Amino acid sequence: MSVMEPETGKPFQDCKELFALLSEYLDEELPPGTCEQIRAHIAGCPPCVEFVNSLRRSVDLLHKLRTGEAPGPLPEAARDELRRAFRRNREGFHA
Amino acid sequence: MSDIREVELARDLLAGKEEAFDRFVETFRSKIFRYSFMMCGHREDAEEVSQETLLKVFESFDQLREPERVKAWVFRIAKNACLMKRRKSVFAPSQELSLDQFLPASDQDGGHRKLQIADWSELPDTQVLRAELRDVLSRAIAGLPEIYRGVILLRDVEELSTEETAAALDVSLEVVKTRLHRARLAIRQELDEYLR
Ligand SMILES: [Zn+2]
Repeated sequence: MSVMEPETGKPFQDCKELFALLSEYLDEELPPGTCEQIRAHIAGCPPCVEFVNSLRRSVDLLHKLRTGEAPGPLPEAARDELRRAFRRNREGFHA
Repeated sequence: MSDIREVELARDLLAGKEEAFDRFVETFRSKIFRYSFMMCGHREDAEEVSQETLLKVFESFDQLREPERVKAWVFRIAKNACLMKRRKSVFAPSQELSLDQFLPASDQDGGHRKLQIADWSELPDTQVLRAELRDVLSRAIAGLPEIYRGVILLRDVEELSTEETAAALDVSLEVVKTRLHRARLAIRQELDEYLR
Protein backbone atom coordinates (compact mmCIF):
# COMPACT_ATOMS: atom_id res chain seq x y z
CA MET A 1 0.00 0.00 0.00
CA SER A 2 1.25 3.42 -0.90
CA VAL A 3 0.47 4.74 2.57
CA MET A 4 3.42 2.72 3.81
CA GLU A 5 5.92 4.56 1.64
CA PRO A 6 5.46 8.26 2.20
CA GLU A 7 8.82 9.19 0.61
CA THR A 8 8.34 7.32 -2.62
CA GLY A 9 4.83 8.38 -3.60
CA LYS A 10 3.20 11.76 -3.72
CA PRO A 11 2.95 12.77 -0.08
CA PHE A 12 -0.20 14.80 -0.51
CA GLN A 13 -2.00 11.95 -2.20
CA ASP A 14 -1.20 9.79 0.77
CA CYS A 15 -2.49 12.35 3.23
CA LYS A 16 -5.73 12.32 1.29
CA GLU A 17 -5.93 8.56 1.51
CA LEU A 18 -5.69 8.67 5.29
CA PHE A 19 -8.08 11.51 5.59
CA ALA A 20 -11.26 9.41 5.67
CA LEU A 21 -9.88 7.14 8.38
CA LEU A 22 -8.59 9.59 10.96
CA SER A 23 -11.52 9.46 13.38
CA GLU A 24 -11.49 5.69 13.44
CA TYR A 25 -7.74 5.94 13.94
CA LEU A 26 -8.19 8.21 16.96
CA ASP A 27 -10.96 6.00 18.32
CA GLU A 28 -8.84 2.86 17.84
CA GLU A 29 -11.53 1.25 15.75
CA LEU A 30 -9.33 0.23 12.80
CA PRO A 31 -7.81 -3.20 12.19
CA PRO A 32 -4.23 -3.30 13.56
CA GLY A 33 -2.72 -3.45 10.06
CA THR A 34 -4.47 -0.32 8.84
CA CYS A 35 -3.63 1.45 12.06
CA GLU A 36 0.05 0.57 11.58
CA GLN A 37 -0.01 1.87 8.00
CA ILE A 38 -1.40 5.16 9.17
CA ARG A 39 1.14 5.43 11.96
CA ALA A 40 3.92 4.77 9.45
CA HIS A 41 2.70 7.54 7.18
CA ILE A 42 2.18 10.04 9.98
CA ALA A 43 5.66 9.39 11.38
CA GLY A 44 7.12 10.87 8.19
CA CYS A 45 4.56 13.61 7.62
CA PRO A 46 4.59 16.70 9.90
CA PRO A 47 1.41 18.20 8.33
CA CYS A 48 -0.49 15.02 9.17
CA VAL A 49 0.87 15.11 12.72
CA GLU A 50 -0.45 18.63 13.06
CA PHE A 51 -3.78 17.75 11.54
CA VAL A 52 -4.29 14.66 13.69
CA ASN A 53 -3.37 16.66 16.79
CA SER A 54 -5.87 19.36 15.94
CA LEU A 55 -8.57 16.76 15.35
CA ARG A 56 -7.76 15.10 18.66
CA ARG A 57 -7.90 18.47 20.40
CA SER A 58 -11.31 19.14 18.86
CA VAL A 59 -12.65 15.88 20.25
CA ASP A 60 -11.20 16.69 23.69
CA LEU A 61 -12.94 20.05 23.66
CA LEU A 62 -16.24 18.40 22.71
CA HIS A 63 -15.96 16.13 25.76
CA LYS A 64 -15.71 19.22 27.94
CA LEU A 65 -18.88 20.69 26.51
CA ARG A 66 -20.77 18.36 28.84
CA THR A 67 -20.38 20.79 31.68
CA GLY A 68 -22.44 23.36 29.78
CA GLU A 69 -26.17 23.99 29.51
CA ALA A 70 -28.22 22.67 32.41
CA PRO A 71 -31.99 22.43 32.81
CA GLY A 72 -33.80 24.49 35.41
CA PRO A 73 -34.78 22.83 38.70
CA LEU A 74 -37.36 20.08 38.29
CA PRO A 75 -40.75 21.24 39.60
CA GLU A 76 -42.20 19.00 42.32
CA ALA A 77 -45.30 18.31 40.24
CA ALA A 78 -43.14 17.06 37.38
CA ARG A 79 -41.14 14.84 39.75
CA ASP A 80 -44.37 13.41 41.17
CA GLU A 81 -45.62 12.68 37.67
CA LEU A 82 -42.44 10.71 36.96
CA ARG A 83 -42.57 8.87 40.28
CA ARG A 84 -46.17 7.87 39.69
CA ALA A 85 -45.28 6.55 36.23
CA PHE A 86 -42.44 4.52 37.73
CA ARG A 87 -44.67 3.04 40.45
CA ARG A 88 -47.44 2.21 37.97
CA ASN A 89 -44.92 0.41 35.80
CA ARG A 90 -43.58 -1.50 38.83
CA GLU A 91 -47.06 -2.58 39.84
CA GLY A 92 -47.92 -3.72 36.34
CA PHE A 93 -44.67 -5.63 36.29
CA HIS A 94 -45.55 -7.60 39.41
CA ALA A 95 -49.21 -8.13 38.53
CA MET B 1 -20.04 2.80 27.11
CA SER B 2 -22.60 3.41 29.82
CA ASP B 3 -20.95 4.59 32.99
CA ILE B 4 -21.01 2.00 35.75
CA ARG B 5 -22.89 4.45 37.94
CA GLU B 6 -25.70 4.79 35.40
CA VAL B 7 -25.96 1.06 34.92
CA GLU B 8 -26.09 0.60 38.69
CA LEU B 9 -28.90 3.13 38.97
CA ALA B 10 -30.84 1.30 36.26
CA ARG B 11 -30.26 -2.04 38.00
CA ASP B 12 -31.42 -0.64 41.33
CA LEU B 13 -34.59 0.75 39.80
CA LEU B 14 -35.31 -2.52 38.02
CA ALA B 15 -34.92 -4.24 41.38
CA GLY B 16 -37.51 -1.84 42.78
CA LYS B 17 -35.11 0.21 44.90
CA GLU B 18 -36.88 3.52 44.84
CA GLU B 19 -34.03 5.33 46.57
CA ALA B 20 -32.26 5.30 43.18
CA PHE B 21 -35.12 7.23 41.60
CA ASP B 22 -33.98 10.79 42.36
CA ARG B 23 -30.39 10.16 41.29
CA PHE B 24 -31.55 8.49 38.09
CA VAL B 25 -33.77 11.46 37.29
CA GLU B 26 -31.02 13.95 38.06
CA THR B 27 -28.37 12.11 36.01
CA PHE B 28 -30.45 11.52 32.93
CA ARG B 29 -32.43 14.73 32.98
CA SER B 30 -29.37 16.87 32.44
CA LYS B 31 -28.08 14.57 29.68
CA ILE B 32 -31.39 14.55 27.85
CA PHE B 33 -31.67 18.29 28.28
CA ARG B 34 -28.23 19.00 26.79
CA TYR B 35 -28.89 16.73 23.85
CA SER B 36 -32.35 18.05 23.08
CA PHE B 37 -31.32 21.68 23.60
CA MET B 38 -28.66 21.24 20.92
CA MET B 39 -31.04 19.27 18.72
CA CYS B 40 -34.06 21.57 18.83
CA GLY B 41 -32.48 24.85 19.80
CA HIS B 42 -35.12 26.04 22.26
CA ARG B 43 -34.65 25.85 26.00
CA GLU B 44 -38.38 25.49 26.53
CA ASP B 45 -38.66 22.61 24.06
CA ALA B 46 -35.64 20.94 25.64
CA GLU B 47 -37.25 21.12 29.11
CA GLU B 48 -40.40 19.54 27.69
CA VAL B 49 -38.50 16.87 25.79
CA SER B 50 -36.64 16.00 29.00
CA GLN B 51 -39.86 15.53 30.93
CA GLU B 52 -41.59 13.62 28.12
CA THR B 53 -38.59 11.36 27.68
CA LEU B 54 -38.33 10.55 31.39
CA LEU B 55 -42.05 9.93 31.55
CA LYS B 56 -41.80 7.46 28.69
CA VAL B 57 -38.73 5.89 30.31
CA PHE B 58 -40.55 5.26 33.59
CA GLU B 59 -43.79 4.18 31.93
CA SER B 60 -41.89 1.43 30.17
CA PHE B 61 -39.06 0.80 32.61
CA ASP B 62 -39.75 -2.94 32.78
CA GLN B 63 -38.95 -3.10 29.06
CA LEU B 64 -35.33 -2.22 29.71
CA ARG B 65 -34.05 -5.76 29.34
CA GLU B 66 -30.36 -4.95 29.60
CA PRO B 67 -29.45 -2.29 32.15
CA GLU B 68 -25.98 -2.12 30.52
CA ARG B 69 -27.68 -0.46 27.59
CA VAL B 70 -29.61 2.10 29.59
CA LYS B 71 -27.96 5.11 27.95
CA ALA B 72 -28.70 4.01 24.40
CA TRP B 73 -32.25 3.14 25.44
CA VAL B 74 -32.90 6.52 27.05
CA PHE B 75 -31.40 8.48 24.16
CA ARG B 76 -33.42 6.53 21.66
CA ILE B 77 -36.56 7.68 23.45
CA ALA B 78 -35.16 11.22 23.65
CA LYS B 79 -34.42 11.28 19.93
CA ASN B 80 -38.01 10.38 19.14
CA ALA B 81 -39.37 12.93 21.61
CA CYS B 82 -37.19 15.54 19.92
CA LEU B 83 -38.51 14.64 16.49
CA MET B 84 -42.09 14.99 17.71
CA LYS B 85 -41.38 18.31 19.32
CA ARG B 86 -39.30 20.08 16.81
CA ARG B 87 -40.62 23.22 15.26
CA LYS B 88 -39.08 23.07 11.83
CA SER B 89 -35.33 23.11 12.03
CA VAL B 90 -34.00 26.35 13.46
CA PHE B 91 -30.51 25.31 12.50
CA ALA B 92 -28.77 24.19 9.37
CA PRO B 93 -30.76 22.59 6.57
CA SER B 94 -30.31 18.89 5.85
CA GLN B 95 -27.44 18.28 3.51
CA GLU B 96 -24.56 15.91 3.09
CA LEU B 97 -21.09 16.98 4.15
CA SER B 98 -18.33 15.75 1.85
CA LEU B 99 -14.85 14.80 2.98
CA ASP B 100 -13.14 16.99 0.41
CA GLN B 101 -14.61 20.17 1.76
CA PHE B 102 -12.59 19.66 4.94
CA LEU B 103 -9.23 18.89 3.43
CA PRO B 104 -7.06 21.84 4.43
CA ALA B 105 -5.67 23.99 1.65
CA SER B 106 -2.04 23.31 0.87
CA ASP B 107 0.98 25.50 0.12
CA GLN B 108 3.70 24.73 -2.35
CA ASP B 109 6.70 24.94 -0.05
CA GLY B 110 10.08 23.94 -1.49
CA GLY B 111 8.59 21.17 -3.57
CA HIS B 112 6.41 19.92 -0.70
CA ARG B 113 2.79 20.62 -0.30
CA LYS B 114 2.10 21.75 3.23
CA LEU B 115 -1.33 21.73 4.83
CA GLN B 116 -2.33 25.11 6.18
CA ILE B 117 -3.27 24.72 9.80
CA ALA B 118 -3.68 27.41 12.43
CA ASP B 119 -1.52 27.41 15.53
CA TRP B 120 -3.43 25.17 17.91
CA SER B 121 -0.90 25.58 20.70
CA GLU B 122 -2.70 28.87 21.42
CA LEU B 123 -5.60 26.87 22.86
CA PRO B 124 -5.55 26.90 26.65
CA ASP B 125 -5.37 23.39 28.04
CA THR B 126 -7.73 23.88 30.93
CA GLN B 127 -10.40 21.63 32.35
CA VAL B 128 -13.05 24.29 32.08
CA LEU B 129 -13.92 25.76 28.73
CA ARG B 130 -13.73 29.51 28.43
CA ALA B 131 -17.07 31.09 27.59
CA GLU B 132 -15.83 32.28 24.21
CA LEU B 133 -14.56 28.89 23.15
CA ARG B 134 -17.74 27.26 24.41
CA ASP B 135 -19.71 29.63 22.17
CA VAL B 136 -17.57 28.81 19.15
CA LEU B 137 -18.07 25.09 19.75
CA SER B 138 -21.80 25.37 20.41
CA ARG B 139 -22.31 27.42 17.29
CA ALA B 140 -20.23 24.99 15.25
CA ILE B 141 -22.41 22.11 16.45
CA ALA B 142 -25.60 24.07 15.87
CA GLY B 143 -24.46 24.76 12.31
CA LEU B 144 -24.16 21.07 11.47
CA PRO B 145 -26.93 19.42 9.48
CA GLU B 146 -29.13 17.44 11.87
CA ILE B 147 -27.94 13.95 10.95
CA TYR B 148 -24.38 14.90 11.85
CA ARG B 149 -25.35 16.91 14.91
CA GLY B 150 -27.16 13.96 16.49
CA VAL B 151 -24.16 11.69 16.06
CA ILE B 152 -21.52 14.07 17.40
CA LEU B 153 -23.65 15.00 20.41
CA LEU B 154 -24.03 11.37 21.41
CA ARG B 155 -20.52 10.18 20.54
CA ASP B 156 -18.34 13.10 21.57
CA VAL B 157 -20.35 15.20 23.98
CA GLU B 158 -22.23 12.46 25.86
CA GLU B 159 -19.53 9.89 25.06
CA LEU B 160 -21.71 6.99 24.03
CA SER B 161 -19.90 4.20 22.21
CA THR B 162 -20.30 3.69 18.47
CA GLU B 163 -22.64 0.74 19.20
CA GLU B 164 -24.74 2.72 21.68
CA THR B 165 -25.03 5.64 19.28
CA ALA B 166 -26.07 3.33 16.45
CA ALA B 167 -28.72 1.76 18.68
CA ALA B 168 -30.01 5.12 19.91
CA LEU B 169 -30.25 6.63 16.44
CA ASP B 170 -31.33 3.44 14.69
CA VAL B 171 -28.58 3.52 12.08
CA SER B 172 -25.67 1.19 11.25
CA LEU B 173 -22.20 1.34 12.83
CA GLU B 174 -20.79 2.44 9.48
CA VAL B 175 -23.22 5.33 9.27
CA VAL B 176 -22.28 6.44 12.79
CA LYS B 177 -18.56 6.36 11.90
CA THR B 178 -18.97 8.22 8.62
CA ARG B 179 -21.16 10.93 10.09
CA LEU B 180 -19.01 11.29 13.17
CA HIS B 181 -15.88 11.82 11.13
CA ARG B 182 -17.45 14.47 8.93
CA ALA B 183 -18.96 16.22 11.92
CA ARG B 184 -15.59 16.26 13.68
CA LEU B 185 -13.88 17.60 10.58
CA ALA B 186 -16.43 20.38 10.38
CA ILE B 187 -15.94 21.26 14.07
CA ARG B 188 -12.16 21.13 13.66
CA GLN B 189 -12.39 23.49 10.73
CA GLU B 190 -14.50 26.00 12.68
CA LEU B 191 -11.99 25.93 15.52
CA ASP B 192 -9.14 26.29 13.07
CA GLU B 193 -10.75 29.39 11.60
CA TYR B 194 -11.37 30.77 15.08
CA LEU B 195 -7.67 30.32 15.93
CA ARG B 196 -6.38 32.11 12.84
ZN1 LIG C 1 0.39 13.15 5.54
